[in-house]
Amino acid sequence: MDWSWEAAYDSIPLLLKGLLVTVEITLLASAVAYALGLVFALIRRTGIPVLSQAVTLFIEFVRSTPLLIQVFAIFYLVPPLTGFTMSPFVTGVVALGVHYATYAAEVYRAGIEAVPSGQWEAATALNLPRSRVWTAVVLPQAVPRVVPALGNYTISLFKEVPLLLGIGVLDVLNRAKEVGAETFRVVEPYTLAGVLFLLVSLPASILVRRLERRAAHS
Amino acid sequence: MSSSVSHIITSVLSGLTATVTAALGGIALTVVLSLAAGLALRSPSRLVRGISRLYVEIFRGTSEVVQLFWLYFVLPVLVGFQLVPMFAGILVLGLNHGAYGAEIVRGAVNSVPRAQFEGAIALNLTPAQRMRRVILPQAFVEMLPPLNNLFIQLLKSTALLSFIAVPEMARQGELLRPVFGAEIGWIYGTELVLYLLIALLITSGMRALERAAARRLGRAPSKMTAAAGGV
Amino acid sequence: MIRFSQVAKSYGDHVVLRDLDFTVAPGEFVSLIGPSGSGKTTILRLLMTLEKVDGGTIEVCGDYLSHKKRGEKLVPADEKYLRQARKRIGMVFQQFNLFPNMNVLRNITEAPIHSLGVTRDEAEARAVELLEMVGLADKKDAHPTQLSGGQQQRVAIARALAMRPDVLLLDEVTSALDPELVADVLRVLREIAASTDITILCVTHEMQFARDVSDRVMMFDQGQVLEDATPDKLFNDPDHDRTRRFLKAVIDRA
Repeated sequence: MDWSWEAAYDSIPLLLKGLLVTVEITLLASAVAYALGLVFALIRRTGIPVLSQAVTLFIEFVRSTPLLIQVFAIFYLVPPLTGFTMSPFVTGVVALGVHYATYAAEVYRAGIEAVPSGQWEAATALNLPRSRVWTAVVLPQAVPRVVPALGNYTISLFKEVPLLLGIGVLDVLNRAKEVGAETFRVVEPYTLAGVLFLLVSLPASILVRRLERRAAHS
Repeated sequence: MSSSVSHIITSVLSGLTATVTAALGGIALTVVLSLAAGLALRSPSRLVRGISRLYVEIFRGTSEVVQLFWLYFVLPVLVGFQLVPMFAGILVLGLNHGAYGAEIVRGAVNSVPRAQFEGAIALNLTPAQRMRRVILPQAFVEMLPPLNNLFIQLLKSTALLSFIAVPEMARQGELLRPVFGAEIGWIYGTELVLYLLIALLITSGMRALERAAARRLGRAPSKMTAAAGGV
Repeated sequence: MIRFSQVAKSYGDHVVLRDLDFTVAPGEFVSLIGPSGSGKTTILRLLMTLEKVDGGTIEVCGDYLSHKKRGEKLVPADEKYLRQARKRIGMVFQQFNLFPNMNVLRNITEAPIHSLGVTRDEAEARAVELLEMVGLADKKDAHPTQLSGGQQQRVAIARALAMRPDVLLLDEVTSALDPELVADVLRVLREIAASTDITILCVTHEMQFARDVSDRVMMFDQGQVLEDATPDKLFNDPDHDRTRRFLKAVIDRA
């Protein structure tokens, strides 16, 4: 077994820098996914002609194709087409955000459908304006219920961030690769990268599981 | 169609074999590990349960890309021999998705009504016979929709194998990219369409399987689309 | 006040109402009784615009509810028109349907504030008045989950009344309650019937209550009005055998 604690120790600062980037991307992309996912769900739910079919097709398409290809496509196609340059970091946030928005849309849909039809009927009987029905009655009941599922998707998102090294994002895996290239020792940085993932995702999973249990009880 | 576009399409298609090989190999290994680990999670032996729980948590709790890099770059240093890229790729696909599959199998077996277990015990079947003849056939139908989603996830993950130089579609596309400035849209378009087609094939295969299995149990199959689930 | 003309309603192949005609005068308290599936709840749902008619027309206070006039013709009403038409009508549901993410006070003030444009202070003052009327003044900050079924239903009644409807629809409002809680709700309804001139349509299985409070009772069967008479007449001397049998079955059970 060829493990050097010194090499491991030395690699930690750079790895932590990478982990910070990973976490930043996770949080930003999750925010994008939660917001955009809700928009998708509402468009599909209210059945706006043309737009809701387009959204449905878009969701199916994004869910059935590799995230990596979507990342490449956004990174290499958007700048020449729109004159907009996006840094690898921003591309990552956008690609992950849009990809996970399609999962979030499904989660929101389930949550909205779980709201009893009697609630809709009472809101209609009281002649509440449509916007109020959504913001005051339906969404306040639908969204808290789906928070655990969204939490699980955030954890999945976190674990997919390393593929962004394909466009040069300096996440924890890319930093591990850097360390490996400089010191010629790959065992410690890559293993530590894996350990760092576990250290973040395991407590996060436990937290989500606890949220699930609480949601199931209330 | 211009010659560069047709060149792009044929180049991407040349990666199809590797993609399909990796996908099929990964699915096969996933099925084996999911069953083994899924059943092991229900074992009366604490050691067996512990080992499978460790496997599941480690492979579910870490990133697939990290696992890929570790298996391909670190393991050779530790054990002395280099894994062939395709082999390393299939191994990671199987290990990673097998961990998720284990929970699916465990959940499906748990969903079989208690009465079935008790009935099988009353008929004096051995635990192995119980599993094979009574429980698994019923759990099987429950497993198929989530496994369908898992296999499509796996298919999508084959693109990651481009990081370790497996000549599958994503890698072929990336090799083309520096050469074809204006037509790179075709690269990704072709890739995406091909992945979509393979995903549809997987889903229709699984749906046929589910219909056959449900028929043998005398039940109506569930509705399966990529949008109706998600792992 | 309310006029149903040749109303037809089907759910898929199942025809619930066909060629239904009846009227209700302003201020009347009409009880709708009959076996399940006879269309009573459908009538309320059509009035509350929760469903659309398949044929015929419904008028409320002289205006068409289900259709609007375009020149000389009648076309099916759109949501904008319905929002106006709904203003006159309120409904209390069998399952109460209080909003669980709001406390009692907010449940009652939400619609007046956002649909009638009443100020928060006015809405809250009226809410307190109504809660006193239903006997739950001390519960204004409570949560629906903290209340019994009977209390929730009384809040639901207050909530419907807060909209100052001309027509109040009661859909089996005591059927989901434990027997001990039914009396409180019925007491509130009696008071409303006595002290206001709201037109009330009440689908109910509480025959004693229907007998005491109604101006008229309509017996439904298979989507048709079988009998339409004063409580005295209908309960003591029904014209139809079907009515007689139904009443016997229900009263025997109670």
